[in-house]
Amino acid sequence: MKALTMRWYKLRQSAWLKPRNSVIAIPYLWLLLFFLVPFVIVLKISFAEAQIAIPPYTDLITLANDQLSININLGNFVWLFNDDLYFSAYLSSIRIALVSTLFCLLIGYPMALAISRAPASSRNVLLLLVILPSWTSFLIRIYAWIGILKPNGYINNALMAMGVIDTPIVMLHTDFAVYVGIVYAYLPFMILPLYANMMKLDHSLVEASSDLGASPVTTLFKVIIPLTKAGIIAGCMLVFIPAVGEFVIPELLGGPETLMIGKILWEEFFNNRDWPVASAVAIIMLALLILPIMWFDRYQNKQMEEQS
Amino acid sequence: MTLKHESNTTSKVLMELKNLSKSFDGHQAVRHVDLKIYEGEIFALLGGSGCGKSTLLRMLSGFELPTEGSILFAGEDIAKVPPYKRPFNMMFQSYALFPHMTVEANVAYGLKQDKMKKADIDARVSEMLKLVHMEEYRKRKPDQLSGGQRQRVALARSLAKKPRLLLLDEPMGALDKKLRGEMQLELVDIIKQVGVTCVMVTHDQEEAMTMADRIAVMQAGEILQIGSPHDIYEYPNCRFVADFIGTVNLFDGTIADEEPAFVVIDVPNLAAPIYIDHGISGPGGNRRVNIAIRPEKVRMSATPPEEKYNWGKGIIDDLAYLGQHSIYHILLPDNQFVQVTQTNDNRRERPFELEQEIYLHWTPDACVVLEE
Repeated sequence: MKALTMRWYKLRQSAWLKPRNSVIAIPYLWLLLFFLVPFVIVLKISFAEAQIAIPPYTDLITLANDQLSININLGNFVWLFNDDLYFSAYLSSIRIALVSTLFCLLIGYPMALAISRAPASSRNVLLLLVILPSWTSFLIRIYAWIGILKPNGYINNALMAMGVIDTPIVMLHTDFAVYVGIVYAYLPFMILPLYANMMKLDHSLVEASSDLGASPVTTLFKVIIPLTKAGIIAGCMLVFIPAVGEFVIPELLGGPETLMIGKILWEEFFNNRDWPVASAVAIIMLALLILPIMWFDRYQNKQMEEQS
Repeated sequence: MTLKHESNTTSKVLMELKNLSKSFDGHQAVRHVDLKIYEGEIFALLGGSGCGKSTLLRMLSGFELPTEGSILFAGEDIAKVPPYKRPFNMMFQSYALFPHMTVEANVAYGLKQDKMKKADIDARVSEMLKLVHMEEYRKRKPDQLSGGQRQRVALARSLAKKPRLLLLDEPMGALDKKLRGEMQLELVDIIKQVGVTCVMVTHDQEEAMTMADRIAVMQAGEILQIGSPHDIYEYPNCRFVADFIGTVNLFDGTIADEEPAFVVIDVPNLAAPIYIDHGISGPGGNRRVNIAIRPEKVRMSATPPEEKYNWGKGIIDDLAYLGQHSIYHILLPDNQFVQVTQTNDNRRERPFELEQEIYLHWTPDACVVLEE
């Protein structure tokens, strides 16, 4: 009896049953359900073979004639490495995402700085203006860009009316349109972390720099930018990571030569119905993205340690 | 009454503020300030919060543009010159040390803006860190330093460029009380050693009196009085200054007799009239005046004084024995309280007791007549 109560007591003492830990368990449970389980399913499919059936892939573990066999098919990954298409799609996705991130930073940084320096009364209005477009459908906003960029769209019509050009500039269905779309769509994700970071910046540091003889430009590069590095990194991650896998923007605004991994994934899934190859594409993309995410995580931890 | 002459009238004027004003959204933070800063002095702007002292300092450093008036420095109006082009450096209240740079880099920051040679910068940084006794901390980041050490680095940084004017914004504001007293004197030592002219802002009258050669007392955007700590304390020119600097007892009175050499004032709450041994210039035709007397200038005795003037009678309502001195609150007729401090210079003498009836008296030069 005593042993039993002791065991119960030990169980109560065990980490998971403490109230504090059960609260922490909730986000872990969430991650388990909505990240890890789907990931394992996708991983599983990526090692299967395509077949015309429901579901359209083979099982990894089969039991036939009292024989348990595990079939892990690496063919999908081999296929990805043998076909140039995938490699250039990854490369092109990363290039498009990088360039878009850079433009988001170049446009978003001055905007965030201006908002953080604005009088307190107008700051919230400006911030609202940044967020406001996200309150309508993403799809509709991207679709609207077709009307702006198309040969007889607003830009071309305006330029022709002013006599700047005679024939419409081809903008729609080019990589340029994809850049415009991504920069437009993800700009708030750059501005918000930058703004949050800049609001924490002690304004007396900017004044101290000026007091010590630094021009506004020197102050920007020597004081403001180094001290908002965390915001810059967070903003770039928030733009870069989803931009790599972006599908809607290249599909609506991009041309036939726009190669992005999101589009490839869609084609494998819905046109070729090759779920295993599509899954392998997704797994490789995740592997590529995990590197910058891990680096960011390590950087954040380092920052936290420095602050404490 | 004649004010003692400013000790620095022989020195050269470094900077002159003329009719300087600043308003924010219609609120006048600084009103028509005229002020001369002399070379080599430590000048304190003293006042409560919202008196305009910080705004005035920020106009000197260039962070605020004056609405009106001019700041003359080396014969030129620099009111509109941006901070990075002024040969002044400021030590911020929060110190504003760059958190991403080492102590060394912080001190070198201003020198680098002058495109100085690296070897010269290094030498100057070492010299500055030595001056503030922070040489062994040169590789540290600001967050690895204590409050006092940060202040030293901030001081070194603001002195590194050999500014013509050093501005101190509440220099002791971020330090704990114990450290303040030590740092005040050390700061003065360093400033005097370097020989830089210094304008400081403080709300702490003790700090201003310890550190400054001259003090300007500010209220509601105006300078009420400028003078040495001694002048300000002993010869306040108005009720606000008398009240703000130290403790003061104020009496309402009516001039009974006014001669070039003396004044006699009737005070209803005192048993005898006040006699002042010099003429007064202030109130003129106004026969009603305020008389200020400092607590330490009042003497107490158990027996009535023999003089005709300058005494009163009251009851000890409250007393605090503080060791080196005692503070008494004496209740006069008409519910007026007078504060008296007495040095406990005799071990055996029994202090006065509560509810005891006592007599207050003072010398003819103890009182100051004030304008309203």
